[in-house]
Amino acid sequence: METLLKLRPIQEIRKNLTPSDGTLTTEEQIRVERSILKKFEDIQAIVANKPDLPELQKEQHKQYLMDSLVYLSSRFECLDASRAWLCYWILHPLSLMGVRLENTYKSQIAQFLAKCQSPEGGFGGGPGQYPHLASTYAAVNALMILGTDEAFKIIDRRKLYEFFMTLKQPNGSFAMQVGGEIDIRGAYCALAVASLTNIMTNELVRNTAEWIISCQTYEGGFAGCPGMEAHGGYAFCGLAALVILNKGHLCDNKALLRWLTQKQMKLEGGFQGRTNKLVDSCYSFWQGGAFPLLYSLLANDGLKPQGHLFDERALQEYILICCQNPHGGLIDKPGKPSDTYHSCYAISGLSVAQHVLNQKRVLGTYRNELASTHPLYNIRPDMVRKALLYFHSNSVKSM
Amino acid sequence: MSESTESSSDEGDSQRVLYKNRPEWQDITPLKQDDGDYPVVAIDYTLEFQDCFDYFRAIVHKKEYSERALELTQTAASYNAANFTVWQYRREILKALDKDLHEELKYIEKVILKQTKNYQVWHHRKVLVEWLKDPSKEKYFTEKALSKDAKNYHAWQHRQWVIKTFDLFDGELDYVEQLLKDDVKNNSAWNQRYFVVNNTTGFTEDVLSREIQFTLEKILELQDNESAWNYLRGLLLHDKTGLSRNKTVTEFCESLYKDGSRSPFLLALIVDMCSERAAEDGAGDGNNLYTVARAMELCNSLATNYDTIRAKYWEYTAETIEKQSKGEVVDEASSSTN
Ligand SMILES: [Zn+2]
Repeated sequence: METLLKLRPIQEIRKNLTPSDGTLTTEEQIRVERSILKKFEDIQAIVANKPDLPELQKEQHKQYLMDSLVYLSSRFECLDASRAWLCYWILHPLSLMGVRLENTYKSQIAQFLAKCQSPEGGFGGGPGQYPHLASTYAAVNALMILGTDEAFKIIDRRKLYEFFMTLKQPNGSFAMQVGGEIDIRGAYCALAVASLTNIMTNELVRNTAEWIISCQTYEGGFAGCPGMEAHGGYAFCGLAALVILNKGHLCDNKALLRWLTQKQMKLEGGFQGRTNKLVDSCYSFWQGGAFPLLYSLLANDGLKPQGHLFDERALQEYILICCQNPHGGLIDKPGKPSDTYHSCYAISGLSVAQHVLNQKRVLGTYRNELASTHPLYNIRPDMVRKALLYFHSNSVKSM
Repeated sequence: MSESTESSSDEGDSQRVLYKNRPEWQDITPLKQDDGDYPVVAIDYTLEFQDCFDYFRAIVHKKEYSERALELTQTAASYNAANFTVWQYRREILKALDKDLHEELKYIEKVILKQTKNYQVWHHRKVLVEWLKDPSKEKYFTEKALSKDAKNYHAWQHRQWVIKTFDLFDGELDYVEQLLKDDVKNNSAWNQRYFVVNNTTGFTEDVLSREIQFTLEKILELQDNESAWNYLRGLLLHDKTGLSRNKTVTEFCESLYKDGSRSPFLLALIVDMCSERAAEDGAGDGNNLYTVARAMELCNSLATNYDTIRAKYWEYTAETIEKQSKGEVVDEASSSTN
């Protein structure tokens, strides 16, 4: 079933303006709401003559991402330990927009990522850097998107498994690097990579589901570690890791669903990461992307939804109308500069909003449509299938 | 999850002499970054950045733990504090040279206050406190960070770790109350309140009624505050009679409703009270306020009027409650929170 969505009526949006109450939280909220309402009003004024709006400016984003793949100015020195991430943040939105890379180019990217692999196993943020779980996740996802035998063969899975085991804690959690911080990202990054590359063992995941569930908070979301505040990025990591472990039944689904739906902002349409914080486009994926995982858990309880349980139209409005830089790339919120991280997760969130349970719900024209994304790994499902096929027919002996 | 955007490098790099021009580094051959034949996502490093990291790689390669290496890591961190290799290596040097860690604590304080949203710098501080077994400066330090941004996740995480590890709960509820006076919508402060109670007295009956009283007052102060409502739900997880049988809370909600409040948070709580009863005794015993019919009505008005952005969620909730009341699904109603 395919449906084209129309914009929310502006008078309905206006009703949602937050009244002032003297708190700092609300002052900041009102400032953001005003800038976003302005964007919605501007498009309403021209949409009558341009019925194709809002439009996903694929050409500009493609150009921005392809340029970033080649050259980054010295302003990006602060991302010198995130170059594996940069590869993923660039390749994934390109693949959702249907951009195909030439084989020689794929090979070059694969060779670069090979340089980031550590002799101890796992990947560092750049060549010669210490291995880290986050950059390992990013590098492996990027290699899966490349999807060539050359890319798959780069991963030294025996060493990778050894690296994971050095990070594993007795209580089930994972450190991000040797001697590094411990939080729920570690569990997700390790389990996502281990399940994709077929190196899961009982020993690797012992106590992990129990540790993850201890991060679910009284609000219903998940925190980075037990005791902390529920947070969108960590909620995705916790839920996805539980689903990989086939332990979704441990999660309080009802509380998580309530919290997730509450994180959608009534005027902006995008998601906030935490209660009483501001909208940010990257949570389009971290929060929005948790919904499909939750639907599968609800279905197990006999409560399968018929469509999205958040407002997929409002989310698409926020991303398309408020978060596109006309010169290419996507942004956190109006007034911010483009970056590859927000480009990746805003586009991913847009894809989630457009696809639900074999239905398509697209705002604008069908030219805005993106490929769907795998809810556990956030790469295209066809790429996940190809990788699983490869790694399951080539298992690591004696592990 | 936000990416750290451009960081400004430390003071004084205008006077910085390149390492390749320093006599004390003449014995070291700088090690270029090996990007392979086809670099991608290639950063156009400044001369100073490249010079510093060429020497850093050389030092790491030869595993030199020395004063000059320590100085070099400081320069490297000033160019890119998110480089976890630099911090890990710096810790190896600190250990090997048996350095004064109090000095290091002062240094990292300055670095953190300049970039408060960086995982590596907070972790570095945590390790130092672990090594020193001295948490005496940490509460004050995190308060300093929180005075700039009262919702800084890293600062709260560090504070919780210190408080729990070294049993420093004294005075924490007062601090939380002060923060809530500053901004009653500060959800991190509400979360900290839960953390303190959960790890000290626990939610005994007395504590529970005290906390409920506190929260209801805050809701009266400002109804449009999801944090307070969420905290109230958190408290009711510890009420053995459930969500819908605490008289203080139900009377409070009913009086708000009668006075005309249609806050979506209020209506949502009443819906869940009805849902709890529906799961317990089917269509409801007829005498209580929390019936399936009322839930249906509230879900409908939330979907069409008071909380339209969540219309689909309210429609789905109505369907679920109806199914439950007919016994079509078993509600696990499991509260897995601790
Ligand atoms: Zn963001």
